[in-house]
Amino acid sequence: MSRPLLEARDLTKSYGTVEALRGASFTAYPGEVVSLIGDNGAGKSTLVKCLCGVEQPTGGTLLFEGEPLTLGSPNDARDRGIETVFQDLAVAPDLDPAANMFLGREILKPGVLGWLGVLDKKAMRRQAAEHFTRFGATLQSIDVPIAALSGGQRQSVAVARSVAWASKLVFMDEPTAALGVVQRERVLEVIKRVRDEGVAVVLISHNMPEVLSVSDRVEVLRLGRRVARFTAAETTVEELVGAMTGALSQEDAA
Amino acid sequence: MTTDEKTTLSTLPGERRTPLLRRLTGANTLWIGLVLLVLVAVFGAIRPDAVFQVTTLQFLLAETAVLLVLSVGMTFVIITSGIDLSVGSVLVFASVSSAMAMNAVSGGDATNAGWGVIGFGLLVALVSGAVWGLLNGLLVARAKIPPLIVTLGSFGAAQGAALLLNNGSNVSGIPDRLNRTFGSGTYFGIPNIVIVAAVVTALGALLLSTTRFGRYTYAAGSNEEAARRVGISVRGHLTKVYLLAGTLAGLAGFMGNAFFRVAVVTGHETDNLNAIAAVVLGGTSIFGGTGSALGTVFGVFIPAVLEKGLVIIGVREFWQPIAVAVVLVAAVWLDQTRRRARNQR
Repeated sequence: MSRPLLEARDLTKSYGTVEALRGASFTAYPGEVVSLIGDNGAGKSTLVKCLCGVEQPTGGTLLFEGEPLTLGSPNDARDRGIETVFQDLAVAPDLDPAANMFLGREILKPGVLGWLGVLDKKAMRRQAAEHFTRFGATLQSIDVPIAALSGGQRQSVAVARSVAWASKLVFMDEPTAALGVVQRERVLEVIKRVRDEGVAVVLISHNMPEVLSVSDRVEVLRLGRRVARFTAAETTVEELVGAMTGALSQEDAA
Repeated sequence: MTTDEKTTLSTLPGERRTPLLRRLTGANTLWIGLVLLVLVAVFGAIRPDAVFQVTTLQFLLAETAVLLVLSVGMTFVIITSGIDLSVGSVLVFASVSSAMAMNAVSGGDATNAGWGVIGFGLLVALVSGAVWGLLNGLLVARAKIPPLIVTLGSFGAAQGAALLLNNGSNVSGIPDRLNRTFGSGTYFGIPNIVIVAAVVTALGALLLSTTRFGRYTYAAGSNEEAARRVGISVRGHLTKVYLLAGTLAGLAGFMGNAFFRVAVVTGHETDNLNAIAAVVLGGTSIFGGTGSALGTVFGVFIPAVLEKGLVIIGVREFWQPIAVAVVLVAAVWLDQTRRRARNQR
């Protein structure tokens, strides 16, 4: 396999006396979907927070495209083309989908107006519409507040926003948790489409059939450590569950 | 819902937008504007001779100009889901310090002072307003103290400081030239002070609705955490918003000096509440995230028109605060119901 896009080696993270990560490793290759699974409290969310700059690990090393990497804030990750869809969505409910998509990355009008900070709303609406179409988000209207959309549509906006800006890697923390069957399928399609455009996707999910259907590889965390790595096509739900619960372990995984 | 209501986003941008009429009727601003229009029409129908008189309208506008400037700043603050109780006290502080500064550079009495002194007075008013605003902003954004408490503190402190400056008395000696031109002068029948307030409001409305600064103001009030995660410096932005509100309060103080020809230390204790009422009446949500400067204009004039109108048609003016209170509570109740319905989806 090619050089890893993002590699974490022996990450540790403790909150006071609680050790959330105890030497966790993780690898993502370019253009693949890799699922990160584990039981509650295995350290998935903490690991993702360390990998996208929200939290700083206590110890261990990060490598990005072979180079050592330190993430001081989410902006550091974003500058390298790494985006995250958070579990709690983190959209501004009173702003419309286009405004949310360009939040923090507003397009300004050219010339003096732009220098004064005037927004180019038309350009943002047009580009947002293109992105949403590309990633299969169907919205009744692009200029209503996000709060007026259904949960699934809100989710599509959050997902579309992240994948629109990610050039290298997207973390998706439970992106299908709150969705109906149709919308779930749509998000999974988006994940595959993003992968096909060469962007790596790290999926965190509790839904094993979903993990197996969409992933290329699966990495399993248990008690703050990586305990197993699988190729999705060659494994089963039983094996994954075994690794998560500790019934099965691979010597070389950590 | 039928499927043809759903427009996929592959259609052209023009077709995708909600029709103008539906956007307008969906907005609070339109309804508040209609309420104001109805009030004027009703009072006008009862006593057309008294209501549609140039002097009546001039007075109404001039008296409301100062409150309007305060309310524009308050609109920004409330959209960030904050509150600023200190605006009236900051106005008094700026007004007193500006008047005293003008006197000081004119050898004790600035009555006959020229434009240089007046310009200096304006600068002092703006800076003293800005300093209080900056203090509010830093305490809210950096020290994370709730804005209600911070500005309750500066409400008292600015008033106290203003009283200390001149031992608790009004400051006279406002330049005649300032009062003649800016305070009581008119331009095609419109008081100059009103023109200034209108320009400030228009600039505020543009800043809020067309610029990145405005967008971040809404974002900070709508979901602070989301704004932070996309890399917006929410702390810096909140500081600027309170700074803006303070600076506008400083300007309002200077306008008061020009209009009344004296820096008064009393009579502004409820300016903060009047400004908050105006902003909320104008459709800005007290929970943050939505609102407009145009709505605030309507919100400022509804109480003012009620007061003047009730006096003109011979109803005792004591009914005015009661009428405003009913409209205010109804406005917030409506906003809350709408939000609850929306969040249930």
